[in-house]
Amino acid sequence: MSKGEVFLLDCWASPFCLRAKIALAEKGVEYEARAENLFGGKSDLLLKSNPIYKKVPVLLHDGKPLCESTIIVNYIDETWPSPPLLPSCAYERAKARFWADFIDKKVFDAVCNIWKSKGEVPETAKNEFIEILKQLEGALGEKDFFGGDSFGFVDVIAIPLTCWFYAVEKFGGFKVENECPKFSAWMNKCMQRDTVARTLPDPEKVYEFVITLRNMFGIE
Amino acid sequence: MANEVVLLDFWPSMFGIRVRIALAEKGVKYEYKEEDLKNKSPLLLQMNPVHKKIPVLIHNGRPFCESPIIVQYIDEVWKDKAPLLPSDPYQRAQARFWVDFIDKKMYDSLRKTWTTKGEEQEAAKKEFFEVLKTLEGQLGDKPFFGGDNFGYVDLSLIPFYCWFYTYETCGKFNVEAECPKFIAWVKRCLQRETVAKALPDGKKVFEFVSAMRTNLGLE
Repeated sequence: MSKGEVFLLDCWASPFCLRAKIALAEKGVEYEARAENLFGGKSDLLLKSNPIYKKVPVLLHDGKPLCESTIIVNYIDETWPSPPLLPSCAYERAKARFWADFIDKKVFDAVCNIWKSKGEVPETAKNEFIEILKQLEGALGEKDFFGGDSFGFVDVIAIPLTCWFYAVEKFGGFKVENECPKFSAWMNKCMQRDTVARTLPDPEKVYEFVITLRNMFGIE
Repeated sequence: MANEVVLLDFWPSMFGIRVRIALAEKGVKYEYKEEDLKNKSPLLLQMNPVHKKIPVLIHNGRPFCESPIIVQYIDEVWKDKAPLLPSDPYQRAQARFWVDFIDKKMYDSLRKTWTTKGEEQEAAKKEFFEVLKTLEGQLGDKPFFGGDNFGYVDLSLIPFYCWFYTYETCGKFNVEAECPKFIAWVKRCLQRETVAKALPDGKKVFEFVSAMRTNLGLE
């Protein structure tokens, strides 16, 4: 399904880039991913396309840049409407945006608080992370996905963060499955989806990447 | 059910003002409920259990939280009048980007201009002016961020203006001297009745903040 040229300035381990990739895969949009070396030197294209934050992901659609992953996913949904990610009802759409915003404000910071800990991970960091997942379990309720019966916007925003959870579990000394079984069940449902399974990197590889980051930051 | 609209709010909140302007632009009648943030109402805690913050819009009993989400909802539901977001998906994404930028950068740097002193305050002032200059660049020669018409980004940014007297007094700086283009845009927005009516008087905000600063030991 073509509607112009699509590029994604990318980093394989970034959950934010993965959001865009899953959204594009859901819509069947062909694109070229260009890997950015975030530590070696960002490309001129990245610096020109995202002068404000100089971060990935950046989606380039017919040369026009879009930044910030949630905004990118929203744009993808509006530009390639089928299958829809956001609900059609205004109230449900506002709820979806609310939970996407909650996830953006809370989850990755909590993930980083755990793997960036020097020595033993403080209980407060672990508890905060689990508490956030429990709040998301509340939002999920008895539904298969955050959007209801179908995989949707909030699921796209949330699932890429989970490939960092193995690293969090290793450093934190706990398992998401034991602490938040409902959330774990939702993760498994998402992973059964081809677009998700094909896109998310192996959590072991992410764990190795996190170890590299820790070495770079001098964290033991 | 008739259209029942209630807004839980706090008078100097720039986030609440955004919603008030949006409702006014659309000509929506609503009930305004002032919250005492030191003693939050059971209704607020029930309607926003996750963040427990204002503003909360309650439309026919359903709660909506987070001002950008509320404003987008208002724009979608009352779509026959005064469109706030552009119709083009790319322009819409750009508008969302700039409101997100404002939310990430303005509030924190501005807050530090009146809650800190010395070096920390100087750093906050510098950051604030960088943010304003970036916004001036984005505005360019357009009358509004949305182009010819007042829109989502303008609505999201203008409420901060009622706090400028406070920032300038506490931080000892003058925005118009540094960023005249920005103030020119402010004046254009203030010509709009919906904006002029929604923004509280800057001096009233300063009195309120002065009381808070005294409590924080900064006066």
